[in-house]
Amino acid sequence: MKAIKSIITNKYFLGLVLILLICLVPVFITSKYLMHIFILMLIWSIAALALNLIMGYTGQANLAHGGFFGIGAYATALLMLKLGFGFWPALIIAAIITSIIGFLIGLPTLRTKGSYFAIGTLCFNVIVFIAAERWESLTGGARGVIGIPQPAPISFLGVTFTFSSLAGMFYLCFFLFLITLIIKYRIVHSLVGRSLIAVRENEDLTSSIGLDTMRTKIISFVTSVFLASLAGSLYAVYIGFLDPEIASHHVTFEVLLFVVLGGIGTISGPIVGTIIVTLLGEILHFLDAYRLVAYGLVLVLVIIFMPQGIVGGIRALRQRMGERNS
Amino acid sequence: MDLLFQQTLNGIMVGSVYALVALGLTLEYGILNIPNFAHGVLYTLGAYLTFLTVTALGYNYWVAIGCAMLALAIMGIIIDRLVFHPLVNAPHLNSFIAAIGLIYIFKAGMLIIWGPDFKRFPPINEEVINFLGATITTQRIIIVVVTALLIVLLNLFIKKTMAGMSIEALAQDREGALLAGINVKKVETIVFAVGSAMAAVAAALISPIFLVYNTMGDAVILKAFVIIILGGMGSIPGAVIGGYIIGLVESLGGAYLSTDYNEIVAFAILIGVLAVKPTGLFGTRSH
Repeated sequence: MKAIKSIITNKYFLGLVLILLICLVPVFITSKYLMHIFILMLIWSIAALALNLIMGYTGQANLAHGGFFGIGAYATALLMLKLGFGFWPALIIAAIITSIIGFLIGLPTLRTKGSYFAIGTLCFNVIVFIAAERWESLTGGARGVIGIPQPAPISFLGVTFTFSSLAGMFYLCFFLFLITLIIKYRIVHSLVGRSLIAVRENEDLTSSIGLDTMRTKIISFVTSVFLASLAGSLYAVYIGFLDPEIASHHVTFEVLLFVVLGGIGTISGPIVGTIIVTLLGEILHFLDAYRLVAYGLVLVLVIIFMPQGIVGGIRALRQRMGERNS
Repeated sequence: MDLLFQQTLNGIMVGSVYALVALGLTLEYGILNIPNFAHGVLYTLGAYLTFLTVTALGYNYWVAIGCAMLALAIMGIIIDRLVFHPLVNAPHLNSFIAAIGLIYIFKAGMLIIWGPDFKRFPPINEEVINFLGATITTQRIIIVVVTALLIVLLNLFIKKTMAGMSIEALAQDREGALLAGINVKKVETIVFAVGSAMAAVAAALISPIFLVYNTMGDAVILKAFVIIILGGMGSIPGAVIGGYIIGLVESLGGAYLSTDYNEIVAFAILIGVLAVKPTGLFGTRSH
């Protein structure tokens, strides 16, 4: 009995059950609209998980996240459309291009601290947006990029996977979502993860005990940018259309909202935040601009009264309950 | 040669606006450590209020500027009390995020009330003056003169009044100022009132030329951040000189290099400067 109970409450077992349940979603959900929302949730969760790595765990508020998401999306679309690459090579090459740009931007900006870094990266985001809007020969300017093809089917061990259906797209996004989650989990629970948190808590102290804080920050930044690019690629092939707005700092702010609301510096926080905001966004869609006012109010209220977000708040609450019980 | 002169005049005009916005921001950010990213939406709000007082209520342009300044000063104090003051002891990032929340609230709020379209002032001070071969409207001269006047007034306020001196004391030595019994909450109130009012004037001065619209504050606030980082946090001369430099670089860059990309010049300069000196050109403290 005890053994069964311990298996059921085991973290990995629960995770596995959850993954299986999510895999069954396309089988039971027939509504195209719901599937569309699930796919968007997965894509934005990847972006939010990526931002949380540099912002939540390393304490550096990268406000160019939307820019990197956009670079990934545009690079994928242009590689597929203009150079005829398939989806998978385009995905990888786009991520590499984005990472290189991220590395080059990280070198100067990561030397700065706090708000200087936030402003420096925000300026880069604006540059990316202006480039997407004005570099017409490459990006199509304000008209954007249209007709991005869907990923071609792939065969693996005799099974052919197609991505033309919503279900196929869902599995593709879920697959990359899991990879993101694993990468992030591995980093956070490794020595690198410890040094990231050390940098967040006290950078001067960390470097005084001989840790190369710059190197640590670069690793975190480039990984985060790499993952943001993956999310951008998925967005590009799923929506099939890109305009400069997808590379703007509004995207950054929206992903920031996901992370802050869910819980900065927690594994599940960004996912929870993405799910809640996406659902609220769909439910309150008819409110239009009032929805944005509500976003703003949520950001302000959460950061003042619950700076650890929903997941962090629940954790603190449970800790307090635990203390009371013992 | 005429083009150079004309663009220089334009640069000084735009630079005046940048300087006014940057002055408010450098007081809030450099002295109080509050990265008030929402300063830009207050600028936009100031433009709308001036516009409405002139068109809907039919008041004189100068009266309208006065009303907008007063309204914005009050708004600044409210924002500080409700949002930034509770976050004074929290990590720096939290104020930044709260400010982004404020941007959402104000921008969407203004979009709901006034819509997305551009609003044009009735003709104000449009007499053309020929000055050394360049043509310039009276409004442009007014912008430059009023800005210069305000900078002098601000300096007098800081050097000659008790309230102003407490701001300067806080800027020079925070702990010392606290030990001397300076009431930070009071200084915060003054700084937010003065800073927001300056943003209102800046917007009110430029909007008869550049129109009034929902996103008019976006680029200005970013440039103001660039200016105060370049000019040194909390430095009033730095904000003024930085403002004029960015205005001139942009205006001349737009004329001689590329009009498509002149907006990114300021941001590229910032990233370049941070690469060489992470605390800004004249900055000594790190935040």
